[in-house]
Amino acid sequence: MIMPSWNLIVDWQTIFHYSFMRTAFLAGTAMAIMAGVISYFVVLRGMAFASHTLANIGFAGAAGAALIGMNLSIGLLAFTVAGALGMGALGRRLYGNDLVVGLVLAISLGAGYLFISLYHGYATNLYAILFGQIVGITWSQVFITFATGIVSLLAMGLLYRRLLFASLDAESAEAKGLRVQWLSLAFLVVLGLVIAVALQIVGVLLIFALLVAPAAVAERLTSRPPLAIGLSVLLALFFTWGGLALSFYLPYPPGSFITTLAFAAYVVVRFGDGLRSLVRHRRKLSAIEQPEGWAA
Amino acid sequence: MLADEMMRGNNQQIERAAAPAPLSPHAIALRDTAVQLGVRTIWRDANLTIAPGEFVAILGPNGAGKSTLLRLLLGLLSPSQGRIEVLGNIPRRGNPAIGYVPQRRTLDADLPVRGRDLVMLGLDGLRWGLPLPGSKRRQQWARVRETLEAVEATAYANRPIGQLSGGEQQRLLLAQALVAQPELLLLDEPLASLDMRSQIAIAQLVARLARAQRITTLMVTHDINPVLPIVDRVIYVARGQVVIGKPEEIITTEQLSRLYDAPVEVVRDSQGRVFVVGLENETAHPSRDERTIAP
Repeated sequence: MIMPSWNLIVDWQTIFHYSFMRTAFLAGTAMAIMAGVISYFVVLRGMAFASHTLANIGFAGAAGAALIGMNLSIGLLAFTVAGALGMGALGRRLYGNDLVVGLVLAISLGAGYLFISLYHGYATNLYAILFGQIVGITWSQVFITFATGIVSLLAMGLLYRRLLFASLDAESAEAKGLRVQWLSLAFLVVLGLVIAVALQIVGVLLIFALLVAPAAVAERLTSRPPLAIGLSVLLALFFTWGGLALSFYLPYPPGSFITTLAFAAYVVVRFGDGLRSLVRHRRKLSAIEQPEGWAA
Repeated sequence: MLADEMMRGNNQQIERAAAPAPLSPHAIALRDTAVQLGVRTIWRDANLTIAPGEFVAILGPNGAGKSTLLRLLLGLLSPSQGRIEVLGNIPRRGNPAIGYVPQRRTLDADLPVRGRDLVMLGLDGLRWGLPLPGSKRRQQWARVRETLEAVEATAYANRPIGQLSGGEQQRLLLAQALVAQPELLLLDEPLASLDMRSQIAIAQLVARLARAQRITTLMVTHDINPVLPIVDRVIYVARGQVVIGKPEEIITTEQLSRLYDAPVEVVRDSQGRVFVVGLENETAHPSRDERTIAP
């Protein structure tokens, strides 16, 4: 095992000495930037569960592709985008419904499981789609990740203000002439695209951390949308780079470190918030000298 | 009565054949308008005109078609019969001259966006691409500040909207509707779920701003009392009919009894407040207060 020297420059040089770490960092960086941006809208639109379900639909697609001897990435992409289109066509009333989304999640996972058991080949790639394989990805995957990153960032930049309007105040936006349904569909397709690419790096079960945690933390720190998006990107980069660096020195997979960092960051801001409101509460109580309700 | 209706029917056909002459100079004009949702006719034979700058309250029980009237004016619905003109034109979706505050419950408590940003969306929410810094952007922010000042919301414009009170949120939503300097303001139950003091404050604020900027205003309200001192006229929507007139003409025992086809009594108290009694068995009540009176 390599030990860190605790000299940051030397340590990074050691890490980047390895080609597999260079590709992992490059792909991880592109993925973190797009996940950071898109997670802002995932959280704002209350779509955490729906996006997790899209990832599971992608898993079923990849497993199905393996079964019929197709390229996994193509199966993955086809299923996430088709899933996104399906959700968009059904409308928010359905994909905002926990029960419907939960059932779709269950059937996708069940179908994926069935495809894997029917598939008698070597299932390592499928395992990678469940848990990710950020270390050991190919240069072509790095390239695809960058290309998707650029496309999704351009799309989000183009849609930014309209999407913000529709997410915050759909009815006013509609009255002002915004086609809310189409906008929602466009967002879902971009989300499906990002998920399809990110899945191959962090996996179905861990992608949740990157699609939800960065914005969930950022939103507690600022209420300015552009700042929150910027912060969300920085946090996603921090989780990804931190996870990769930790897994370089410790014998555990990067995905578990990425999710641990994301969770820890959320716990810290929630704890900070709780502390702040406790102080405020205490001040208010001492001002009116009413000890009842202190426990609350 | 019947002859009257037949004549109207004839007129309508003649008008359809000829090119429609504008009904201007009214801000809003409805002629023989009917509206249908699915197979159900919500109301019909609506005839009314509203002059520029008028302040009109829309009253009536739930489900009578008050919000439907606003949706019609916004161009989100088409009439099944008759004509409508808004600001001299056929209603069209996304008319920038209309400011609209939809009916809603309070916003999500976790909504992590500043009130200021919500108001800005009234100016730039339809734009493509990212906002670029520059003199135009500064002008837009100046306009947002000005509007926040006008609705007296500057003090909390930087706080997340989810954490504000109902009255504060309502002022910000009003600012969003006003920021683009509309000629027509449509407000759907802006006073709902506010306490009495906030109801009066918001109603007076709307009236003051609308008068000062000569904005024609239609406000759907459950309770006439907070707006009674400030409205020019009221529209009453009930049982498939739409009538308009001064409050003292419309909210009377005779008028409402005829409209509801039931014995309804309008009572005025010593402070001039109006209570409608006798609608306890209706689906909803035109005045919120009578619920406390009714057994």
